[in-house]
Amino acid sequence: MRWAVIQFPGSNCDQDVFHVLKNVLAQEVNYVWHKDSSLNGAEAVVVPGGFSYGDYLRCGAIARFSPIMAAVKTAAAEGKTVLGICNGFQILCEAGLLPGVLVRNTSLHFRCETVPVRVEHPASRFTTDYLTGQILRLPIAHGEGHYVADEATLDSLFLHKQVLFTYSDLQGRNTPGANPNGSQRHIAGITNRAGNVLGLMPHPERASEKILGSTDGLGLFTSILASIGTPVAQAA
Amino acid sequence: MIRAQVIVRPRASIFDPQGDAVGRAIQHLGVSNLKQAHVGKFIELELDGDDVEAVRGKLETICQDLLSNPVIEDYTLTINGHEDLKGLAASAAKLAKKSAPKAKKAKA
Repeated sequence: MRWAVIQFPGSNCDQDVFHVLKNVLAQEVNYVWHKDSSLNGAEAVVVPGGFSYGDYLRCGAIARFSPIMAAVKTAAAEGKTVLGICNGFQILCEAGLLPGVLVRNTSLHFRCETVPVRVEHPASRFTTDYLTGQILRLPIAHGEGHYVADEATLDSLFLHKQVLFTYSDLQGRNTPGANPNGSQRHIAGITNRAGNVLGLMPHPERASEKILGSTDGLGLFTSILASIGTPVAQAA
Repeated sequence: MIRAQVIVRPRASIFDPQGDAVGRAIQHLGVSNLKQAHVGKFIELELDGDDVEAVRGKLETICQDLLSNPVIEDYTLTINGHEDLKGLAASAAKLAKKSAPKAKKAKA
């Protein structure tokens, strides 16, 4: 399967995603510069984490207008897989590919730690290799991960099973203490209505190898491969 | 020259953690009757030309699409169109003419 990893000035998780896709999952993967206008036939696109354009104005606000984003929007409209991680999630929200927006953490602290994340339901192309209620240990590293949307949007997200991941404690409870950034309804990751665009604040690419302490993130990538019918031949 | 000023504020319905922290600091500094503080952004734009109405629509779009996010923020756009260099130079010349006799006298 062919993947594209978008690089903006200030992206800093692009190489991590590239490494996991290429060296752990033996995928064909290319970097695509933000000024390019083509995804070179990629079937799946990753908008990686980082601090695109220095987070100036609002996180993702300027990256949204990069030339490559037109191609990402087209890919999303065609039903191709689009995955936004951390700053990538912020960019997809600003671009209107996902509802809502991510604002400053309620605590005002930059949170960099591994947190429990609950899988809300496995019937999506991003979660087939997980179980409902499964607790993943995934790293987060963000100052603006507080998900905000109006009540009607939040209700709609849950109604249409667009909320794939929430912050919980290790027992799977959405307790106030288990919400690292103040996100409304503990939202950690959502899809669009069609289910082919996912944005999440935790970093699955940083939890895809045993040496890094958790392989809980790998299932997200293998789910995508399984959904497209690509056999997963792991390189490592 | 046209000068446009944009103020972006967090929406009242959205919790503003920066405003909250700044407000607490102000209270600690002795302003005990402070009700709330809001932290937003001030953006100033300078444009060539002097036709305010010609740029207003475009700037409104820029405010909505780039400078603010309507999910969490409101903005106000103010455009001043009478700061052209011609006007400034004219009033400078007027002032110079007015003060010239004084300067001449002082020189003598």
